[in-house]
Amino acid sequence: MTDAPAILPERGLGDRLTALFWRHPRLLLAVLLTPPLLWLGVVYLGSLFALLLQSFYSIDEFSGMVKEEFTLKTYAELFRAQNLDIILRTLLMSAAVTIGCAVIAFPIAYYAARFAKGKWKAVFYLGVMLPLWSSYLVKVYAWKLILAKEGIITWAAEGVGLSMILNAILAIPGIGGNSLSTSPMGTFIVFVYVWLPYMILPMQASLERVPTSMLEASADLGASRAQTFRTVILPLAMPGVIAGSIFTFSLTMGDYIIPQIVGTSARFIGLAVYQLQGTAGNIPLAAAFAVVPILIMLVYLTIAKRKGAFDAL
Amino acid sequence: MTAAVEFSGVSRHFGTASAPVKAVDGVDLTIAEGSFFAMLGPSGSGKTTCLRLISGFEKPTGGVIRIFGQDVSDIPPNRRNVNTVFQDYALFPHMNVRDNVAYGLMVKGVDRRSRNDRAEEMLSLVKLDGYADRKPGQLSGGQRQRVALARALVNEPRVLLLDEPLGALDLKLREAMQDELKALQTRLGITFVFVTHDQGEALSMADSLAVFNEGKIAQIGTPADIYARPRTRFVADFVGSSNVLTPEVTRAFGGPAKWSSLRPEALRLTAADGVALAGQVTAIRYLGAGSRVSVALPGSEIALLVPAGEALPEQGATVGLAFDPAALHIMDEA
Repeated sequence: MTDAPAILPERGLGDRLTALFWRHPRLLLAVLLTPPLLWLGVVYLGSLFALLLQSFYSIDEFSGMVKEEFTLKTYAELFRAQNLDIILRTLLMSAAVTIGCAVIAFPIAYYAARFAKGKWKAVFYLGVMLPLWSSYLVKVYAWKLILAKEGIITWAAEGVGLSMILNAILAIPGIGGNSLSTSPMGTFIVFVYVWLPYMILPMQASLERVPTSMLEASADLGASRAQTFRTVILPLAMPGVIAGSIFTFSLTMGDYIIPQIVGTSARFIGLAVYQLQGTAGNIPLAAAFAVVPILIMLVYLTIAKRKGAFDAL
Repeated sequence: MTAAVEFSGVSRHFGTASAPVKAVDGVDLTIAEGSFFAMLGPSGSGKTTCLRLISGFEKPTGGVIRIFGQDVSDIPPNRRNVNTVFQDYALFPHMNVRDNVAYGLMVKGVDRRSRNDRAEEMLSLVKLDGYADRKPGQLSGGQRQRVALARALVNEPRVLLLDEPLGALDLKLREAMQDELKALQTRLGITFVFVTHDQGEALSMADSLAVFNEGKIAQIGTPADIYARPRTRFVADFVGSSNVLTPEVTRAFGGPAKWSSLRPEALRLTAADGVALAGQVTAIRYLGAGSRVSVALPGSEIALLVPAGEALPEQGATVGLAFDPAALHIMDEA
């Protein structure tokens, strides 16, 4: 038998704190959560609340001053033809960008989740994240040059004799234009480029959680690859797809730089908010515009939930 | 009887040509239709790879696999009429139990009503009536295993493959499932191919079994045959708790100078005086139905089984050993 004590001596502050947290398990949680909750509550929710409040004010048409009285007049203004146009255009662009990102991201995410190992996994993460390291503005201007009439795409299309196709795309009303850099098509391409990582990463994370045996079970039971994709992979990856689409959708809806630089300079919600609060000084309408993406996201998530997109969570 | 599954010189090598990992190496195997066949071996012995070769998740790098006489080299898993019960069950977490079981019928295009009826039938076959609306996450391990079984049987496969299906269950449940699987196989008459590393499970359930070692089959035979007459040291060691005797010790036991095996129940204790085989008791392990006594002899340690009720020696006591000479099994291996 040894003479070692049954209770070891306390070794100072670290042990005292450990004992304290052991006796009161919730204390540590409270210590950890208080700062972020303060930040979230005061700064984040506070500013959101201030925004909501502003949207219920209106602007005096003669003086241009904000009238601090509750009214729905500002919201009614959203339904003017030109403002509805902005909302609809933004909504369509966001939806198109989200679908574009999802289609391009899926094979990449699938490869990374299922086949990439060791070094190739690192290459994947590097490749996906690398564009995020450089300035967003620089990338958008770079794209403007790439897509310009004198840019590399036009040049390459001429070189390989595909100018016909490029011109045909540019001739499509609604998405075409003078050149790619001045067409909605160009705006779409740049949006897809800048938001793609935000779709790939959550998709890859959700695909990684689908065990291989589940795909094997599906094949084993007689499913073709397409059936396995539709009935097993897609439903299980859905939470990741939805998470990614929240990024791409809301980022597109809020962006005000890309539509200014690339495209027809037709206004999007972000641009409208930027101009309304700046040059026009119409903070209430800017706030009302800013509420629109929030409402759209809420509707979108409600539908997704109803459709069972989160069943696999 | 026709062969349900036939392997002719089948190999599955991984890695590069210069440094191949031979998961399965030149296996010849015939599994009779309607039999309960076990593939037994330690992990990494190639038994699971063999199972995956039958289901089509692995492609052989050499040799030919035939299922009911047909070469399946170019047939993908979804067109092989064999189904698998996966080790982790691989139930679809986003579907309820009914949809899981009916999945095989759904992908075949069977209409909802018929496939639901069929799923209910399968669930009652595995004694899970009333669980159809649960999600897999709401079931216990044993229940999930039954769902996996029902799902694999719904397509009425010609061969059912089971990959360590009882590994995750606790002892009591495992024993109950062993009986049930055996009864189910007898009732359905489907060929069952069962992979396990548990020799007790393989011996008690299988009609015949193959013992795998390092990608090769060490021995094929009936459980009784393999237990009583292991061909190699590896088989004797792995299957059952036999004593494996070196050539020298075999000689001391009155046999030829070859490796041999001797089952613990074939030995009994005697008085130490005037006996050729005597040694000290090094360990006594209580097993319920008896006790396993280890005796140190020159050059080896011999285990024997003392039935409950018989007198046990003291630890460290010197005892003599007697045995039935017919039980000394000489192995092929030199």
